[in-house]
Order: sequence, then structure tokens, then C-alpha cells
Amino acid sequence: MTKSMEQISWQEIEAGGVITEPGNASCYHTGTWRSQKPKYDENACIRCWRCYVMCPDAAISPDLENNIFVWNYDYCKGCGICAYECPAKAIVMEED
Amino acid sequence: MGRKVGIEVSIAAAEAVGLCDVDVVAAYPITPQTHVVEHLSELCATGELDAEFVPVESEHSAMSVCCGSAAAGARTFTATAAQGLALMSEIVFIASSMRLPIVMFLANRALSSPLSIWNDHSDTMMVRDSGWIQVFCENGQEVYDAIFHSFRVAEDPQVSLPVMINVDGFNLTHVIEPIEFWTKEMAQKYIPPFKPLYRLDPDKVVSMGAFGMPEIYAEAKMSQDQALWNSYPIIKQAWDELAVLTGRKYSPVELYKTEGAETLIVGMGTICETASLAVDKMREQGEKVGLVKLRLWRPLPIDDIKNALAGAKNLLVLDRAVSFGAANAPVTTEIQSIMYHEKDRPNIYNVVAGLGGRDVTPEDIIKMLEAALANKNQGYNIYGVRG
Repeated sequence: MTKSMEQISWQEIEAGGVITEPGNASCYHTGTWRSQKPKYDENACIRCWRCYVMCPDAAISPDLENNIFVWNYDYCKGCGICAYECPAKAIVMEED
Repeated sequence: MGRKVGIEVSIAAAEAVGLCDVDVVAAYPITPQTHVVEHLSELCATGELDAEFVPVESEHSAMSVCCGSAAAGARTFTATAAQGLALMSEIVFIASSMRLPIVMFLANRALSSPLSIWNDHSDTMMVRDSGWIQVFCENGQEVYDAIFHSFRVAEDPQVSLPVMINVDGFNLTHVIEPIEFWTKEMAQKYIPPFKPLYRLDPDKVVSMGAFGMPEIYAEAKMSQDQALWNSYPIIKQAWDELAVLTGRKYSPVELYKTEGAETLIVGMGTICETASLAVDKMREQGEKVGLVKLRLWRPLPIDDIKNALAGAKNLLVLDRAVSFGAANAPVTTEIQSIMYHEKDRPNIYNVVAGLGGRDVTPEDIIKMLEAALANKNQGYNIYGVRG
């Protein structure tokens, strides 16, 4: 696992800022940027998967066992695209 | 040892690039750099040089191609001047930040406006804080040798930084001089094969040029600054090894008739050759005058400068660029900053000369010195301005 950036000293930075373990953006929890949070109503949800497709952070995933969608709040920035796109109004944005 | 040829400096520089077995040349022709690019294009067209010549549509693209090429592990060269450097400047900063060892021939030319194709140092001073290694040359042989030195230094794994060779436009690019050529064997002995620290390789994936959050940006910049400072011993070592190979010795700061000098002239580039003639004349008249030439501008050789200037009562610093609205022109600002903490501070006089191709003669240098010492003006003056 790559060190989190708050712990990296200048001596540890690779020359030119090269990242030798690509994909380390996942170490950074962009969910902390969130001011609003999506609230999901599984009874209103028509399972069209549009929220899943539209989420720019891939923070929504299907829980196939329970036939619902779940949000990963480590990465959900609260952008509201899922709520905007939902044709059944099953997602609403609330203050976080 | 190679043969001695009477040749235009730009053509000789292109021949040197050819001897360095460069892989990629990406450049856009612009006066007074044109002959370098034209000749490299010819060398590629005739097959003498097995390199990819990329005829880009702009200088912004030229430097972008250079970054991609160096990142892929190819030996990379470009050349430009003034407006071309201004257009590529966005990528110039990226090249050094990403530690990409590109070599650039900069035919120093005045920035517009007024539109000028002639020489001064306003172009290179525009990017003096870009993190490139910047060296200056006084004559054709120095330019020719600097090409080999620059590839050697840039690609050294302990350096891995781009190098900008400053060549005064027309005053140096277009003159014909006797230049002692290197042989292919000398170049191969001096410059080892390019082994980049990292390279774009599908079998060993890395990310280059990534995003930097406020939590990491300062550390990245500290690392970059240290890399530039750490290049200093490698730059010197490469000059020492060049001396063994060619018999020509280069240093970050070079002295001319400084023994016992009370007044020292400080300059960079071709103006030093002119100043050396002025020093000769004044020495003949018994005046204690000497000349200090800055070859290495970034990283600034602070201790060498201190040692060179120690004991002088007066300094005349010749700048070839104006830093508009600043305390002094760029070179003088550095010299003042270095000498401020010294116990015996010299009087420092700043003359800006040779802007936009204005001729500077040895007689002018003598006049500048006399005027500086008589007026004691500590601010900068633009020499020879009418009105």
C-alpha cells in the first residue's frame, strides 16, 4: 500500500513526482469534500442502474444479494448527479 | 583529436547534436535559431543522423513532443529563440518539474515588442526560475563543446534535468569560427547510453505528471530544487572530464586578468569577449581591472562567485535584460544578494547593455566603467539610451 501523502517527506518523493504504484488516488478519500449526501429510498427505486452508470467517482455499487444500491462514502463527493439523474426520484440530497 | 574546421557556429552545433546520436529532434524554426534546425533536418533527411525529426506546428508542441520523447527514454534535442521560448514556456516548466533530460539550444533573442530578431537575454531570463540548468557561451568552440556536456549532464541519473545552452543570437549563432570537432569515438566515450530513471513502459507501468494536492506540492518543489542544486558537482565533473578529452577547461565561473584587480567586470555570454578586450586596454594603461565570466547561471555557483569577487572594491555587472520595475537587472540582483552578507562588500554598479542587438564595443565597456565609478549610482542604467 502506498504511503498517504501527508506522511511523505520531500526525500521520499520519486524524481519528477513519478508514481511507481499507479492507482494510488484511491488512498485519497475525496468523500471528505462532501457537503451534501445522497439519501436512497429502496422502495421508490426502479433498479434502472442509471445512478450507477452516471456516478463520476464509481462510488455507487449494486448489492445484488439484497437487490439495492449502496454508496461508498469514502469517495462520494456529494455532487448530486445520482439524485439529478434518478427518474424515480428515489435519491434526494440532504445536508451531510 | 578531431579536425579543426572553419564553420558557422549554428551548423557546428547541429553537427555536435548529430555526433551525440540524438533520437528525437522536435523544433520549430525561428530566427536566429533557424540554421540549427535546418541542418539537423538535413542530417536526418540524408540518413547521416538516424533520428526522428518532428516538424511540429508550434513551439508549444515542440516542447510537448520533447517531454513525451524524453519520458519514453529517447535522447531529445530542441532549439528555439525569444517568442518561441515564450510560446513553449508552459511546457518548459513541466519538463524540469518532471525531471526530463532535454537539451535545448537557445539562440538568445530579444522579446517583442517592439519586434526584434536581435540579441539580448530577455528570453532566457523569462524562464530563469523554471528549474532548467542554464549555461552561457562566449565563442563557437564553447557552444560546440556545450552540446556534448549538456547531454552528458542532463542524462546523468543523479541529475535528470533539462539543460538550456544560451547562445547569443547572431553575435554567436551566425559567425564563422574555427572549431575543433570531436570524433564519434570521443562522443561515445563521453556520453554513456541514456538510461532514464523512469520511462513510459507498458511492462513496468508508472504514472508521470500526476496531480499534486496542497499536502504534497511543497515537498515536490523542495525535491526539485534540491535536484537542481545537486546537479552542480556533476556539471563540474563533466567539465573536468571534457578537459581530459579535449584539453579545454571550463568552470562555472571563469576569471580573466583578475590578479590584484580592484574593479571587476561581471558578465555572461559574448559580451565577455568584448569586455576582455576592454580589460586588456585598461590593464595596458595600468588600471587594476579584471573580468569575471559566469558560465553557469542555474544552479547559481554561489561559492565560486564569492571567491571570484573576494577583495574587489568595485563591481560593474553587465546585464543584457531589463527586469522591469525591479531593484536591479537579473544578474546584478543575484550578485548583490550573494555579496550582501560578505564582510567587505564591494560597490556594485549595474549597467544594462546590448538590448535588442545594440552593439557593445570595448570602448563602450570602458565608458560604462568610467561612468559607473564617477556617478556612484547604485541603481541600474540602460547604457547608451538617448534623451
